Amino acid sequence: MVNKERIWDLMEEVFDPEVPVLTIMDLGIVRDVVQIDDYWKISITPTYSGCPAMKTIEDDIIEKLGEYGIENVSVELVLSPAWTTDWLTESGKKKLKEYGIAPPVDEVDKSVLFADPPIVPCPRCDSKNTKMISQFGSTACKAHYQCQECLEPFDYFKCLK
Amino acid sequence: MNTLFEYLVRLGDDSLILGHRLSEWCGHGPILEEDIAMTNIALDLVGQATSIFKYAGEVEDKGRNEDDIAFLRFDKDYKNALLVEQPNEDFGVTMMRQFLFDAFRKPLFEQLTKSSDKHLAAIAEKSLKETKYHLKHSAEWVIRLGDGTEESHGRVQDALNTLWRYTDELFFSNEVDADLRSKGIVFSSEELKATWSEMVKEVLAQATLSIPDNGWQHDGGRKGLHSEHLGYILAELQYMQRAYPGMEW
Ligand SMILES: [Zn+2]
Repeated sequence: MVNKERIWDLMEEVFDPEVPVLTIMDLGIVRDVVQIDDYWKISITPTYSGCPAMKTIEDDIIEKLGEYGIENVSVELVLSPAWTTDWLTESGKKKLKEYGIAPPVDEVDKSVLFADPPIVPCPRCDSKNTKMISQFGSTACKAHYQCQECLEPFDYFKCLK
Repeated sequence: MNTLFEYLVRLGDDSLILGHRLSEWCGHGPILEEDIAMTNIALDLVGQATSIFKYAGEVEDKGRNEDDIAFLRFDKDYKNALLVEQPNEDFGVTMMRQFLFDAFRKPLFEQLTKSSDKHLAAIAEKSLKETKYHLKHSAEWVIRLGDGTEESHGRVQDALNTLWRYTDELFFSNEVDADLRSKGIVFSSEELKATWSEMVKEVLAQATLSIPDNGWQHDGGRKGLHSEHLGYILAELQYMQRAYPGMEW
């Protein structure tokens, strides 16, 4: 029996193509599931405007539901409210760290200009003696850091508020 | 005239053309981190353009989608400010251009989050978060280069002197803006300019750079009258769709 809860559950099986340890539920980008007549409309929101993964995620949702015989599916992109890293789940943050990506630490929004970069613990050795190499990392959602203790270079899933 | 469509095209063209300019740095950045930073920012800008043009197509209601609007117009239909089509030159020029633009876009998106047009407000809300990172990046580079060596100081001061004459146009306003202002869709460009000036003064002072005299100012971009540079950009940007109409991959 296909109901709303079933669709939400299946969203836990769709992974982010860029950070494959995270599901789209961990990311908090699935905003709504509604049934309209005989089809399901699933609303997702992009992390960043230019996120190239959105199209893949859309296809992956349709493919995943198709595997369970759910065929009439449309995926809609919604922009508001805009995604924030606050929507990352706690288990998502834990998975990120285990994967070697430092999860977002709480940053204050007013510190846009001239503020020191946040102190981000090393995902490998937990040292707080790390430094930001670049605000822009391997994808739009990450910054590049290096640990000064164990010397590990790592990605930081940067705060977006 | 469909004033909302016209306004969206200006907004989207600023993003698209600057995004294209930044993407020209791909593989040519002065250091790897900056190569990645500039292409990341380019990606945000092109992403913003996609959302804006998609909505512009709906507002226009003539069956054009975001790709048609991005790739299949002629030069006079592009309404970006002349600032964003100026060549990259050296890294200092690129960062100065970016800073002058980011300092304008941040307060603009802040205003637009309050727009009575809900879709435009949503695009602004999304883009604002990204623009804050862009501004932080460009402002810090302007300071580092201005307050750096004699060579870097001289180069960014030259960049500022050259680009300054394109800044007034960012606050261009005509009957399109007046109409949208009366509907609460857009807001005062004087207020925007005041916020911009304050930010620019603060950062340039830290960068030990001097603001040039406000002499001759260019305009034309918002009316579709461009510098010679836009034609070259469009030749590259549109090549695939012109050579192979309707191609997809
Ligand atoms: Zn470490």
